[in-house]
Amino acid sequence: MTAIATPVRSFGERGPIARSYRRYLGRASLTMFAVVMISAFLLPLLYMVTTAFQQPNQATTPGAPPWPAVAQTAVYQGQSYPVYAVPIDGTTRNLILIEKSRESSVVVDPSDAAAKPFVWQGRWRTLQQAWVFAPLIDNFTVAWNQLDFPRLLRNTVAISLLSTLGAVISSTLVAYGFARFRFPARNTMFVILIATIILPFQVTLLPTYVLFTWLGWNGTWLPLIIPHFFANAYNVFLLRQYFMSIPRELDEAAMIDGAGPFRILRSIIVPQSIAAITAVCLFHFFFAWNDFFVPLLYLASKPDLQPLSIAIQQYNALYSTQPTLIQASALMTMAVPLVVFVLAQRAFMRGVVVTGIEK
Amino acid sequence: MSETTEALPTAVAPRTDATWLARPSIREAAWGIVFIGPWLIGLVLFTAGPMIVSLVMSLTNFDLVHPSAARFVGLDNYVRLAGDPSVIGSLIATIKFAVITIPLTMIASLGFALLLNHPKLLFKGPLRALVYMPVMIPLVASTLVWIGFLNTDTGWLNGILGALGLPRPDWINSQTWIYPALSIIGLWSIGNFMIINIAGLQSVPTELYEAARMDGAGAWTTFRRITIPLMSPVLLYNLVIVLIGTFQYFTQAYTMTNGRGDPNNATLFINLVLFREGFVFNHMGYAAAIAWLLFVIVLGLTLVLFAVARKRVYYAGGER
Repeated sequence: MTAIATPVRSFGERGPIARSYRRYLGRASLTMFAVVMISAFLLPLLYMVTTAFQQPNQATTPGAPPWPAVAQTAVYQGQSYPVYAVPIDGTTRNLILIEKSRESSVVVDPSDAAAKPFVWQGRWRTLQQAWVFAPLIDNFTVAWNQLDFPRLLRNTVAISLLSTLGAVISSTLVAYGFARFRFPARNTMFVILIATIILPFQVTLLPTYVLFTWLGWNGTWLPLIIPHFFANAYNVFLLRQYFMSIPRELDEAAMIDGAGPFRILRSIIVPQSIAAITAVCLFHFFFAWNDFFVPLLYLASKPDLQPLSIAIQQYNALYSTQPTLIQASALMTMAVPLVVFVLAQRAFMRGVVVTGIEK
Repeated sequence: MSETTEALPTAVAPRTDATWLARPSIREAAWGIVFIGPWLIGLVLFTAGPMIVSLVMSLTNFDLVHPSAARFVGLDNYVRLAGDPSVIGSLIATIKFAVITIPLTMIASLGFALLLNHPKLLFKGPLRALVYMPVMIPLVASTLVWIGFLNTDTGWLNGILGALGLPRPDWINSQTWIYPALSIIGLWSIGNFMIINIAGLQSVPTELYEAARMDGAGAWTTFRRITIPLMSPVLLYNLVIVLIGTFQYFTQAYTMTNGRGDPNNATLFINLVLFREGFVFNHMGYAAAIAWLLFVIVLGLTLVLFAVARKRVYYAGGER
């Protein structure tokens, strides 16, 4: 991308400067349009952040601004008074209302200690209170403690890490099998693998639930982790595509050196595919982080073992009347995924393209 | 790479000379099966086996509390499905939701893809990442954010609508507005589809656009005659995934009403009915029948889409 950064000296209709300026203006206005659209798209995030820092009753207070704020007060002669936005001569000044009466009131400027009170003509009831920016941290500490957030974080990280470990190891093995070995019915099996993508998980849900319950795994992490040790279609597909792009000559050279299949996988395929394996790790980690249905099924009655998703859903059911706490809990829940995404977004988005397109 | 690599045997049975395993092709096949083994075992244990069991289960009145009292009831569960108001209601709810959310998702993801793939756009990478970003947010958390944002009195959307002099719908508590509300919430998952669309747009050969420009085709004609036909396989893929997702809808609806299906069962989608029957009321046999109904619907719709696609979708070079 080559943004034309020449300083604009001429706004004339012709000439190279004007032309490049116009071209730049076209690009800038298109970009501005995109920024506006995306801002609207992400506006709820701003709502979440501001609400999470607000006083509990701010949203329902008439005249309150959208950002975290408290009604301004000021001290005059040892007494605390509310501050109002008072329109005087076409401008609005924040003034202390010392004496309120129907048609006129006594006001004084809080920013100037030497200021003298004066009479303002007008109905004070029509005035808006002045607000000052005042972010509140309490929502986070309250939600943190009520949720026992460190425990939730620990559970979520442990479940996600273990199931990612299983998914990556098993999918790498299976993808290697599909990418490098000829065996009977290979293509049929690969089609079956891909077909499992459209298979609704509900069809296998009840018997698996019964099986896990009979095994005594209900109420443990095992149903959330063990099934991922048997590979899944998305990961295998992504890795297989990647493995197939690695030249076979490398395998053959290693084979001549006496390397067996596991050795080739370890010393050739995996080192060459770190990017794809990273993408699978990230995808699976956050799939597990965000998963709701399976933990709900097996851990609904086990608060000690629950991951974040279940806990904040139950938290919302309890405290839905306190949006400031709910938004604080939502912000805490999405913090880790969002930070990791910002750091690793290239790997993510490349992975989406590989799994989505190359079919 | 080290020269001395005899750490691992090169076959399942190591070098037993004249046996059939020593033949390279069979040895290769054996290794292949070994490597795909985890998936094969998983397929039997967690997919094929449970599918058969759930089909059998759907013909019984099995429940987890009294497993020994399970009886074969034939097609009773399926007969009951046809007359169950909550099942029929959930299908109607799904359709009401689908007719808004599927077009909205398809159009929004294509619109953002066209905008964020525009050759004149600056900062393409970061802007695409921002549209993708909500996909990373746990669904429960994003639903909680939207519940607040769409709140009738204190939510920002109604604040903006009110400021513009537009009506302020009761998004969450109205049987009518809940479907547009859920569809708007669903917009936060367009990231994947947008990225796939962008990849599709980039695979359209630029010569075609140049040729169209030479022929004097306008932007709209180019879009309709070149972009859309060449994008059709990608759009079909997205459509199938969106459709499946719509029938699997659960987390957002469950979070919003704690599984109750408010307002007035409007968000009691089929998956919530299944969850309730199977895991709250413990009617496992009946829940299995619901699962199979869901499967048949999804499979049927996918097949219909592919059948339509055979006529309408353009595959470059005639492959597939």
